[in-house]
Amino acid sequence: MSNEIELIKDPGLPAHQHRRADEDPKFAQRAERQVAILFLISALGTILLIASYVFIPTDVFVFIPIFGENNLHQLLLGLGMAIALFFIGAGLIHWAKNLMPDEEVIAQRHEFRSPDEDREDFVKTVKAGAGAAGLGRRPLIKRTLGLALGLSGLTPLLLLRDLGPLPKADLTKTSWKAGTRLVTDPGDRPIKASDLEVGAVAQTLPEIAPGAHRALADVGKDAVLLIRLRPEDFNLDAERLSWTYDGIIAFSKICSHMGCAVALYEQQTKHLLCPCHQSTFDVTRAAKVIFGPAARPLPQLAITVDSEGYLVAQAPFNEPVGPSFWERSS
Amino acid sequence: MTARERIAGNVAGYVDDRTGAAKWMKKNLTKVFPDHWSFLLGEICLYSFIILLASGTFLTFWFDPSMKEVIYDGEYAPLKGLEMSAAYASTLDISFEVRGGLLMRQIHHWAALIFMVGIVVHLLRVYFTGAFRKPREFNWIIGVGLLTLGIVEGFLGYSLPDDLLSGTGIRIAEAIIQALPVVGSYLAFFAFGGAFPGEAFIPRIYTVHILLLPGIFLALITVHLMLVWYQKHTQFPGPGRTEKNVVGYPLMPVYMAKAGGFFFIVFGVTAFLGAVASINPIWLYGPYTPGQISAGSQPDWYMGWLDGLVRMSPPIETHAFGHTISWNILIPGLILPGIMFTLLALYPFIESWATGDKREHHLLDRPRNAPNRTALGAMALTFTLVSLLNGGNDIIATTFHLTINQMMWFSRIGVLVLPPIAFIITKRLCLALQRADRDLVLHGRETGRLVRLPHGEFVEVHEPISAEKAWTLTSHEQIAPLELPEFDGAGVRRAGGIKNKIRNRISRATAVAVPKATESERKELEGHH
Repeated sequence: MSNEIELIKDPGLPAHQHRRADEDPKFAQRAERQVAILFLISALGTILLIASYVFIPTDVFVFIPIFGENNLHQLLLGLGMAIALFFIGAGLIHWAKNLMPDEEVIAQRHEFRSPDEDREDFVKTVKAGAGAAGLGRRPLIKRTLGLALGLSGLTPLLLLRDLGPLPKADLTKTSWKAGTRLVTDPGDRPIKASDLEVGAVAQTLPEIAPGAHRALADVGKDAVLLIRLRPEDFNLDAERLSWTYDGIIAFSKICSHMGCAVALYEQQTKHLLCPCHQSTFDVTRAAKVIFGPAARPLPQLAITVDSEGYLVAQAPFNEPVGPSFWERSS
Repeated sequence: MTARERIAGNVAGYVDDRTGAAKWMKKNLTKVFPDHWSFLLGEICLYSFIILLASGTFLTFWFDPSMKEVIYDGEYAPLKGLEMSAAYASTLDISFEVRGGLLMRQIHHWAALIFMVGIVVHLLRVYFTGAFRKPREFNWIIGVGLLTLGIVEGFLGYSLPDDLLSGTGIRIAEAIIQALPVVGSYLAFFAFGGAFPGEAFIPRIYTVHILLLPGIFLALITVHLMLVWYQKHTQFPGPGRTEKNVVGYPLMPVYMAKAGGFFFIVFGVTAFLGAVASINPIWLYGPYTPGQISAGSQPDWYMGWLDGLVRMSPPIETHAFGHTISWNILIPGLILPGIMFTLLALYPFIESWATGDKREHHLLDRPRNAPNRTALGAMALTFTLVSLLNGGNDIIATTFHLTINQMMWFSRIGVLVLPPIAFIITKRLCLALQRADRDLVLHGRETGRLVRLPHGEFVEVHEPISAEKAWTLTSHEQIAPLELPEFDGAGVRRAGGIKNKIRNRISRATAVAVPKATESERKELEGHH
């Protein structure tokens, strides 16, 4: 007895098993009818689509469990289309599976590697071609061509320059100035301290001239959230406390992480939460980050009231608002 | 010859006279395709891409890619009189005034989701069965390219309507650009034509979404399919199947009918979803303005894992020399995904380097027979799934009455701890399955019939499995580990010794296997019975 290990052998492709439709013309006919029925169902689908396009009004709604309220017109259009398409597919596949030959065939693979002489010939051809061009013998041409190609690559970079202006101070400045009134958003009404009860929140923007257009780019930097607490709730240093007015504190609403609107205020805990990445800011401690990926507090806007009692900014923001960028210094 | 045959012959002759196509067609119409349900996954991607082209073209006839502000005066009463961009207003018009418009919008969005699911599941199939091995590395790289572009294309697509949700997504994309060191704020201003959001971004991404990327997709998909065609499809091991042949059905007529039929089925299912399942109801979100947001803002699922990584990032920023680097954005938003996609693209080369296997492979691996690869895949999948879960941490927290903090800490720890655990468990499972295969071949199938022997012992009757099955379970190769030299004759570490040591170690881990059953063992066992 030898020590050689005998492996299990390949029994080869199993013998083909005939389907009933292959052997019995009755089953073949039945399969044929089934395929025809599937195609007819598809035709009905298209008729449903045409009929609903013509006869169903576009303002009727129906309730479907799980999926909810649906516009009947678009629902039936879609169902008609779905039926029409699906059953063409079902018919084709049923046809292929039951009536077309189902005998597996074997094809041979070819080797991808070219014969050695072809590969050698290829190398020779390349060498001969390169030799004929003489690139190796003419370094001057090679280098100047490289220079020309490299330089021409700069063209698109240069031409794309006018896609936008340079940032300049745009990222660091907002529209807030000393004395700018805070107005409601929406509504553009100036706000008195007495308009806000303890626990209230207001979304505000700087006042603009009546009728002037407010660009979204400005809203993206100027949005400010007003929150009124009891003055004794604050845990602020003297300077920051002087930026509040009678328990009202103002923060940039643009998240210091990625610029989403920090809009969720929890009255009980006095936390502000950004719905995008859940950075959580403690309002009583000048919007200090207490959770989440944000690395900086929300910038605080110093506020006070003007002679008429309306809330105004004491000064512009003392730091850029919104997400960080390379040129930001702190 | 009937009249019909004569006409067909004439047409074929006319074409062949001008192109010489007959020879090529003759060969290729009988081309053999192996049959397996998992080979349909790539087809789903192709078909949903065609659906995307068709439904997308329909949408462009009405969509106005402009950020000019208009006052809405359409059918949808709750938004009447509101200021919004023309892009948002025209999306409302498609949804409420164009008949079939909402259907097409929903078909387009569902098809995009199916496209991305198809790509990911197709990728997993190719990965876990080792179909990426030589000679198919090019196609693997093209596939990774299509996945990456698909994520970008999908993001740009759902950003176009300029609703409150998608605008928030763009805001986040802008913050990522802005976070790039040195050039960030410049790139952001160039991309947006000034300060965010400006009026240039939607028209620009529209061009990219409907022209540039679809063009690249078409080119890559064509090459992808041509390579599949030319290299012939891989096949699962089984009786009669070898590295040198391909067993299956000829293109004409079976495969054509099945593939053509499957296109209609995919289209039909997508149309059904578009009809009944509301997706991205932008009229509920309202127009975008940077000062507002809705709670529970979620990206589409294929962006979800990236958002999840950003959410779980620790709050780290560096402020030095008057400059800021936001690691909390750069690491989860760019560096980690960059590393992951690079490793993914290079995986075929890494594996063949580690195993030293440079041969062609046309027979697929059963995942259990490549335990290391399968375990690595499970590890990567676990990492991505934990990230994806964290991308929906707010929704999960509210649904299951958890706090957001619990979710976040689960993800922060889980994303590091769970993948290695998944690796270990998967590898053990693979080896256990190999052992089960071995037992099955050697001892046969458990029949559930208990027999009491004359001396009182109970035994379960085992039935031998078929020769075909036994072959399928044992035809795989078990490669011996590499034994690369680390030291020279004098016991001194040679040049490249450390590299060899690493390769030996990986190779040893890869070669761990339960010895497969052999005929000799079977015979020996029979002798005992």
